[in-house]
Amino acid sequence: MKPQGRLMPKITPETSHFWQGCKEGKLRLQRCDACAHTYFPPRPFCPVCAHDRVSVVVASGRARLYSYAISHIPAPGLEPPFAVAVVTLDEGPRMMTNITGCPQEPGFLALDMPLRVTFLDLSDEVALPLFTPEGAA
Amino acid sequence: MTKALLAVVGAAETTQMGTIPNLSQIGLQADAALNACRDAGITPQQVDGLALAGGNPVDLAQYLGMAPAWVDGTPVGGCSFLMHVRHAAAAIRAGYCQTVLVVHGESGRSRIGKPPPPFTPDPTSLAGQFEAPFGGIVPPTMFTVPVLRYLHTHGLTPAALAEVVVAQRRWAALNPRAKFKEQLTVDQVLADRPIAWPFTLPMCCPQTDGGGALVLVSPERARDFPGRPVFVIGTGEATETGMISQMVDFTTSRAFRASGRAAFDQAGISHSDVDHLMIYDAFAHLPLYGLEDLGFCAPGEAAGYIAAGHTSPGGRLPVNTNGGGIAYMHSGMYGMYVMQECVRQMRGIAPAQVPGARVSVAHGVGGMFGAAATLVFTNEG
Repeated sequence: MKPQGRLMPKITPETSHFWQGCKEGKLRLQRCDACAHTYFPPRPFCPVCAHDRVSVVVASGRARLYSYAISHIPAPGLEPPFAVAVVTLDEGPRMMTNITGCPQEPGFLALDMPLRVTFLDLSDEVALPLFTPEGAA
Repeated sequence: MTKALLAVVGAAETTQMGTIPNLSQIGLQADAALNACRDAGITPQQVDGLALAGGNPVDLAQYLGMAPAWVDGTPVGGCSFLMHVRHAAAAIRAGYCQTVLVVHGESGRSRIGKPPPPFTPDPTSLAGQFEAPFGGIVPPTMFTVPVLRYLHTHGLTPAALAEVVVAQRRWAALNPRAKFKEQLTVDQVLADRPIAWPFTLPMCCPQTDGGGALVLVSPERARDFPGRPVFVIGTGEATETGMISQMVDFTTSRAFRASGRAAFDQAGISHSDVDHLMIYDAFAHLPLYGLEDLGFCAPGEAAGYIAAGHTSPGGRLPVNTNGGGIAYMHSGMYGMYVMQECVRQMRGIAPAQVPGARVSVAHGVGGMFGAAATLVFTNEG
């Protein structure tokens, strides 16, 4: 039997700019034209002030490790142990991700460590934004 | 304390608990509902309000032979049943119905009449797009994610989580129906099988079969029923996020704080009035967040409070006296059992009875820090 891949996102109209950006190697966020709040996940209005004029902005790709748990339970396309991580982007929003390019052990996963985005190509439509320790190859 | 909002005049769990291979999910719901009605001295046909999560109240009403004038199917996860009690208080006050059954039954272990796991999120949902691809799929790999930030912020270690297990196993040992009664040390808990580091197996709830139900009426009608009534004097509910990654601050639950504050304010009580506390614990960090977010402990101090024995048998604030979700049972939506233990304590019939307890607080979580509901019970009416 073919090994099962990761659970794949199914892109919706409100999120297509984000996933298209990932395929182009860009991490796209949205920023409110009225109050300048930068946010994620995508939606066509500001979650702080409800303004409906928002712009797509490209994030720096820099982030810090906010928290994680190291799963010893198998998940589709992921071999345990693997860290289910949440990072804080330099622009402010947080996102769930995996940390790649380092052992999945607490000693290598220090909270607040600097990270940068990297993209894992999965299909013609989807590349997942993962993060790797700053300075790693 | 303020005037009672509701009276609990019937309360019961399913006849069996744990592994129940001879009943489907709707059968567990009916068993719990019939047991609670018998406790109240009535039949379901005399009940005109029905609330259920983990199924459609329409199906259960038909199965029980009821024709309700009011239904509530609010499904926000394990604390739904606490919210149903709050909603029932409003419905009874508004005159929409007179007598409400709040029902839970779940074939969490045997999975009869319930979709099989794993439950993967809708791939078009935000969680399906932005969490599931990274392995954030099941509660042990989602609910646990905030905890390292909590421990780091307060200079704590995973021993803080182990202390919760040690304390609650002491209560479980006193409860004949508890699943895990074996006493453990902090070191034993930490050395057990890792599930999602820093969580080991005893820090995570089991999956079991079971159910429970409550019969609720206005306080004025409490004396029409045979048992000792228990009154609801405060209620709160709140939501935060369906995505654990979007929780505002990983060290504190906004929903816990808002729900708890609403319930305490409505009840007109302070923390020193509380004799008994139940905090929904699918995982061992929830009593830490609960004690702090409800205001019983300052941020970062709950683990020390538990380690000092204050929540254990004989302590000043008995917490999770049935053993909790991690040691008593956990069918999937555990909130009903939190309320059942509060009612037993207020009736004076709990297996590990807190002597002289007058005020009991139930606090529930829904989803992964997604929602919260809080109820204040008393036996003084």
